[in-house]
Amino acid sequence: MNKNKEQLLNKRYKAEQRFRLYGQSAIFMALLFLTIFIFKIFSTGYSAFQKTWLIVPVTFDAELMMLDQNPSNEDLQDADYYDIALKSMADLDPNANEDQENELKRMVSYFFEKEIKNELLNDPNLIGKTKEVYLTASDDLDQVFKGNYPRDLPEDQRRVSDYQLKIFDQLVANGKVESKFNISFFTNADSREAELAGIASSFMGSIFSILVCLMIAFPVAVLAAIYLEEFAPKNRFTDFIEVNINNLAAVPSIVFGLLGLGVLLAIFQLPRSTPLVGGITLSLMTLPTIIIAARASLKAVPPSIREAALAMGASRMQTTMHHTVPLSMPGTLSGTIIGLAQALGETAPLILIGMVAFVNTIPGSPMDPAASLPVQIYIWAESAERGFVEKVSACIMVLLGFLITMNLFAQIIRHKFEKKWS
Amino acid sequence: MKKNGVKMIKIKAKDVDVFYGKKQALFNISLDIEENQVTALIGPSGCGKSTFLRCLNRMNDVIDICSVKGEILINDFNINDKGCDVVRLREKIGMVFQKPNPFPKTLYENVSYGPTIHGIAQSKQEMDEIVETSLKKAALWEEVKDRLHEPGTGLSGGQQQRLCIARAISVKPEVILMDEPCSALDPIATAQIEELIDELKKEHTIIIVTHSMAQAARVSQNTGFFHLGQLIEHGSTDKIFKNPDNTKTQDYITGRFG
Repeated sequence: MNKNKEQLLNKRYKAEQRFRLYGQSAIFMALLFLTIFIFKIFSTGYSAFQKTWLIVPVTFDAELMMLDQNPSNEDLQDADYYDIALKSMADLDPNANEDQENELKRMVSYFFEKEIKNELLNDPNLIGKTKEVYLTASDDLDQVFKGNYPRDLPEDQRRVSDYQLKIFDQLVANGKVESKFNISFFTNADSREAELAGIASSFMGSIFSILVCLMIAFPVAVLAAIYLEEFAPKNRFTDFIEVNINNLAAVPSIVFGLLGLGVLLAIFQLPRSTPLVGGITLSLMTLPTIIIAARASLKAVPPSIREAALAMGASRMQTTMHHTVPLSMPGTLSGTIIGLAQALGETAPLILIGMVAFVNTIPGSPMDPAASLPVQIYIWAESAERGFVEKVSACIMVLLGFLITMNLFAQIIRHKFEKKWS
Repeated sequence: MKKNGVKMIKIKAKDVDVFYGKKQALFNISLDIEENQVTALIGPSGCGKSTFLRCLNRMNDVIDICSVKGEILINDFNINDKGCDVVRLREKIGMVFQKPNPFPKTLYENVSYGPTIHGIAQSKQEMDEIVETSLKKAALWEEVKDRLHEPGTGLSGGQQQRLCIARAISVKPEVILMDEPCSALDPIATAQIEELIDELKKEHTIIIVTHSMAQAARVSQNTGFFHLGQLIEHGSTDKIFKNPDNTKTQDYITGRFG
């Protein structure tokens, strides 16, 4: 008998140990996947924050630029920079034939003419002189410099020719290639050229969408939650509504996209591809999340507080507004932020309402066409150029940073303002 | 209290039935509550004494499935009438709950809440006075006068309960309902509250639900004994405890069941 008991006890301890082991290995697996994921994103993405520049001597030849003596500012604006830009690239190899000159030109971004122009506008005294100007390298050379380019492929399978590589290697050897922090990644809108593409448009698009979403979803959801929790009679009809709010939270987001497309764009004729429509669509999606969070935090307010207020002769409205709602706000707010974070990462509905369009301008208001960060990831991930690979990861990093900041904020609100019930 | 030898009746309950859905919780309760006296309601758990107490300020309204039938006359006015305004009723009839439930706000805000919503104080100064007198009457002033603007939830249990009493008397109610006000408190805090109850009965009519027979004997002048939703017996505390008419009362008081 005693021995049996001993055995049973041992068995129970062993079972507990096994259970701990399972739990620990589950956590370990989760951490492992997370680490691999983060490592992958960072190792591919970090190089996108660097940009490769070629340092090319440019001669600001007044004649080639069609400039008179003592040109005014307007003259400088209208001057022809293409020829000197071409010439400075061609001059990198004095022996180049026409084809090779063309290849030399393609070593920098098509933006090079403008970069040279800006240089002169900054310092008009450069006319007639030669200066070394930083020109954005083409995305392929950018990748070559970052070591991401398969140089050992046969020439006909590469976009970079042997000739371009030879010149580029010379430039590197002469210290005429430099890598600097990629500001344009944050200030440029999307572009077909990987070296010029940036996230400004999609970032602003995301911010505007989230703001529109917040302004619609928050008041509607909070009012709905307060009414359902504090005022509505508990009967079949309200049960039915409750079930359907939960159902709504489980509806796939693409369905909301179809709703946006069919109702907002087709019937109400709102402008396509805009954060306004995106925000409204996202707000439909966020609504149930916030309602559920708000109701949960209203429920968490102890009934004794309501009773105390009611027994003091407060009306139902006063009880709700003076006590219950303020006490539930921390939970509601953090639920709202979590809902917005979800909306921020949403892609499918935005694609349907046209926010997947190629937008190379930065939106100034929710009424301007824009992309959003997750859609930008989608667009770039679809692009063939090698230069976009690192951009995808970099954009994911920005999006993750955004999300983590929001979630952190939600945690802070929850911990700082939540009242403790002893 | 007797005026010219006649008992002044503050509350008159007549044939009160209470239902939770289909289940009847109170059967035909008729009870008179004397003015400026302490009436204790005793009985085993689930006997309906708290339910009856909550009828008196219509707190049962909060429970959807609860319905109350019968007449409850306070100052000869039936509070179960359709015309009765619960907000004004609850201004006249304060309540102290089983578990101290101060608002998670400052002490000052706790006490000034009632006067604020009922528009009792005209100025900040008047409000200060109300807060001070209420806290003094609740025997809490000396302990908290230096920290009126700290949260009320930071007090000890007994202090919190006295804060709740101060909050209840801040609107000068005629009746104070107490639902086992000492059940969450230690003996010292209990003694303080009991002393306070004795003091408060000079200005208020008090009805207290309690589990402690000793407490009922100590603080009350009248006692009602509830069992299974029926009012078995009521009368002066002396009589109920020393010479009850009903054997059930006798059994309960002597600890044979409950």
